[in-house]
Amino acid sequence: MAGTWIFVDQKNGNIRKATFEMLSEAKKFGDEVSAVLFGKDVEGLVPELAKYGADKVYIADADIFADYNTGAYVAQLAAMISENSPNAVLFAHTFNGRDFASRLAQKLEAGLATDAIAAEISAGKGVFTRAIYAGKALSKVEVTTSPVLATIRAGVWEVVENGGAGEVVKPAVAATDADVYQTIKDFIPTVSARPDLTEADVVVSGGRGCKGPDGIKLVEQLADMLGAAVGGSRASIDSGWLGHELQVGQTGKVVNPNLYIACGISGAIQHLAGMSSSKFIASINTDTEAPIFNVSDFGVVADMFKVVPVLMDELKK
Amino acid sequence: MKVLVCVKQTFDTEAKIELKDGKISNTGINMIINPYDEVAVEGGIQLKEKKIADEVVVLSAGADKAMDAIRTALAMGADRGILIKQDPDADEYARAVALAAAIKDENPDIILAGHVAADDGSSQVPTRLAEILGLPHVNVITDIEIADGKAVCTSEADGGTQVTEVALPAVISSQVSWNEPRYPSMKGIMQAKKKPVATADAVAVDNKVSIIEFSLPPAKQAGIKIEGAEPPEAAVQLADWMKNTVKVEVK
Repeated sequence: MAGTWIFVDQKNGNIRKATFEMLSEAKKFGDEVSAVLFGKDVEGLVPELAKYGADKVYIADADIFADYNTGAYVAQLAAMISENSPNAVLFAHTFNGRDFASRLAQKLEAGLATDAIAAEISAGKGVFTRAIYAGKALSKVEVTTSPVLATIRAGVWEVVENGGAGEVVKPAVAATDADVYQTIKDFIPTVSARPDLTEADVVVSGGRGCKGPDGIKLVEQLADMLGAAVGGSRASIDSGWLGHELQVGQTGKVVNPNLYIACGISGAIQHLAGMSSSKFIASINTDTEAPIFNVSDFGVVADMFKVVPVLMDELKK
Repeated sequence: MKVLVCVKQTFDTEAKIELKDGKISNTGINMIINPYDEVAVEGGIQLKEKKIADEVVVLSAGADKAMDAIRTALAMGADRGILIKQDPDADEYARAVALAAAIKDENPDIILAGHVAADDGSSQVPTRLAEILGLPHVNVITDIEIADGKAVCTSEADGGTQVTEVALPAVISSQVSWNEPRYPSMKGIMQAKKKPVATADAVAVDNKVSIIEFSLPPAKQAGIKIEGAEPPEAAVQLADWMKNTVKVEVK
């Protein structure tokens, strides 16, 4: 029995919170929990992984693993799975996580549940809840191959400190240069002091009611006061007020924050699909008939230009 | 150079989802090309317009009515189509196997597909295709340059933007911000009716994932709604709620 493996989603030694969420939740499956860490000179991350419950940490430490590359990572993890036979391997549903898990699943000719929002894993059986049609419906699926493979949406599980032993295991490096088929020519980090949209505790979004850059500026000021991420509805993306990577909705990002604040957003069905699982929703819109009010815990029927500045003053008090 | 584009027929993103006999009902639903695949079709046509490609083949696996998605892509400007008839309950593995078999026969230089489908949201099939075909893959691209048998792609990545080079042939998955798909012209729609579409049956393989049940998410209840108050007064109440109920931290 080799338990549940959690692939560590990290870049330059910064571990994504989703990794800690998965380690914390995996403890509940009643099986040994291992973190699987790929990188170069990454052993220093072990205490952090142990803190959230890693009994073991498998480390593949080599130049070839310094940055994510699909071919080498898949070759290495496939070899480790074949040697250790874990019951389940979970990944964060990030761009890298879904790419890695999908290619690995095909190499193993296995099933995979992506973007799961709940999991029941026991004795090598894995059942996952997935949001389909961008959250307009749910499907419950069983991965019928072994190991059970899934990617998990950020923010669906709580981070809990669990104190695992963090015993280090160093498997042989199984990947070679022949496995690498992508050359990374450049990586341009997003220059933003704001948190990642899909990981933020608070998201402030602007829509058509922002009317232009002035309205977006209000949204950004409110966001910065709350340490929040900024998002937008399709109207503000299509108008060029915000970059596409900030679109919330069915053809953009699905977000799951503690608080979502919709400013000047009417709530078209494809936008609601991207945010209605937020724990708390507040909205400000001039149209009392706007569908956003149907999903809002706190709705204000008024002009955001008149509400947001006062709101910021009040929050400062 | 031959470009092959994989398209999936999906529900219109404005569609309301309902259940019937425990399954997702498609009654009265307008069917479209998955928006991410539509961008891939546009990308393929633009490669032909730039004389980089000389043929654009569109491939779909699905029910008979997926023919409509192929015809739409042909009306946009693709040259010919292939429809692989497959049970709509096929999982990502089975769909990738079926598409890969058709792609092997075509031997294209570039395989384009949307990085995710707007219905199941799986984002698996293009990556699985690349593995079956033993080809490089670049995911979630927003731009591409092709020269000297290589593709240099700009992609949306975790925490930034990445530029990746791969040798062709390769599988390339598109993000919606790559381009703005054209509407088919009336002339295009007329021409599409005459363009050839081959049909074949999918390779029969077992699913690796089984669906236990579909459900609808619990309806979110509307809460407090402040209407008719002076905006500053409403703002004060909203601030109170944020502080006392949500317990936000103010920086």
